[in-house]
Amino acid sequence: MISRIFVRAIALLIFMLPFAVLGQDSNPEMADTMRSSGKIYVVVSCVLMVLAGLIAFLFVVEKRLSRLEKENQVNK
Amino acid sequence: MPKISWWKWVSILLLMYAIVLGFLGAVPRLHIVNESIRNTYFHVPMWFGMIFLLGASVWNSIQYLRHSRLEYDMLSHAYVQVGILFGALGLVTGMLWANYTWGAPWSNDPKQTASAIGLLIYFGYMVLRGSLNSEKERAKVSAVYSIFAFAIFIPLIWVLPRFTDSLHPGNGGNPAFGKYDMDNQMRMVFYPAVIGWTLMGFWLGNLIVRISRLQNKFSAL
Repeated sequence: MISRIFVRAIALLIFMLPFAVLGQDSNPEMADTMRSSGKIYVVVSCVLMVLAGLIAFLFVVEKRLSRLEKENQVNK
Repeated sequence: MPKISWWKWVSILLLMYAIVLGFLGAVPRLHIVNESIRNTYFHVPMWFGMIFLLGASVWNSIQYLRHSRLEYDMLSHAYVQVGILFGALGLVTGMLWANYTWGAPWSNDPKQTASAIGLLIYFGYMVLRGSLNSEKERAKVSAVYSIFAFAIFIPLIWVLPRFTDSLHPGNGGNPAFGKYDMDNQMRMVFYPAVIGWTLMGFWLGNLIVRISRLQNKFSAL
């Protein structure tokens, strides 16, 4: 008896699933942090990426300069 | 990972902090500026950084005139170059901001005009350096020029606009930082941003001067 209700409930769920997903007014709970507050977190992440890229570039320049300084015995 | 000085790490951390809290932190709700008040964290530090860099250039110019060591001339020149970069960035970010708050990118505001004149003075510095071939002469003349340029630049952008009508806050009887346009929460982001960008400027200056030292070594060979 219980298993029959269970099967029907599952069947109903499976049947309803597309409606839940496609329903325009439905509001599924998703990992929405990046979409909240007008998606400002996306902008923050982008700017941090730009900064990270620039700093990575500065590190490359630092490395090359340090090698040249070492080879030519120029002190920093 | 190359070994870098501790203050360069400070710069990285402060800039990350300033970007995250600059976008996400609470700011006063004001008419006209709206969210663009956050530009305070990005536009204003360019000018603060520029002033610190040009100040460091003057310090090294004085040291050159006292000791006649080429090292000071290279430092002074490097800081002027980064100072001009920061000033140019301050000018264009200011024009973008002004377009949406004052209604036009350029309204001949005293501070706008004065900073444009100031940058032209420093372009003159670069032209002057390029026109002198003798190393010693170039170092001496540009050291003197840099000191006088700074002595004119600071009153131009800091003092004189305060006596006239200006759109900038803190000028022409407008209340300055703190009364309406900056609260303590903003200060907690603004000052770290100023320090972070200033240190970033000195980082770039450090790279330039190290290249100059290498060039100097090669040309002496």
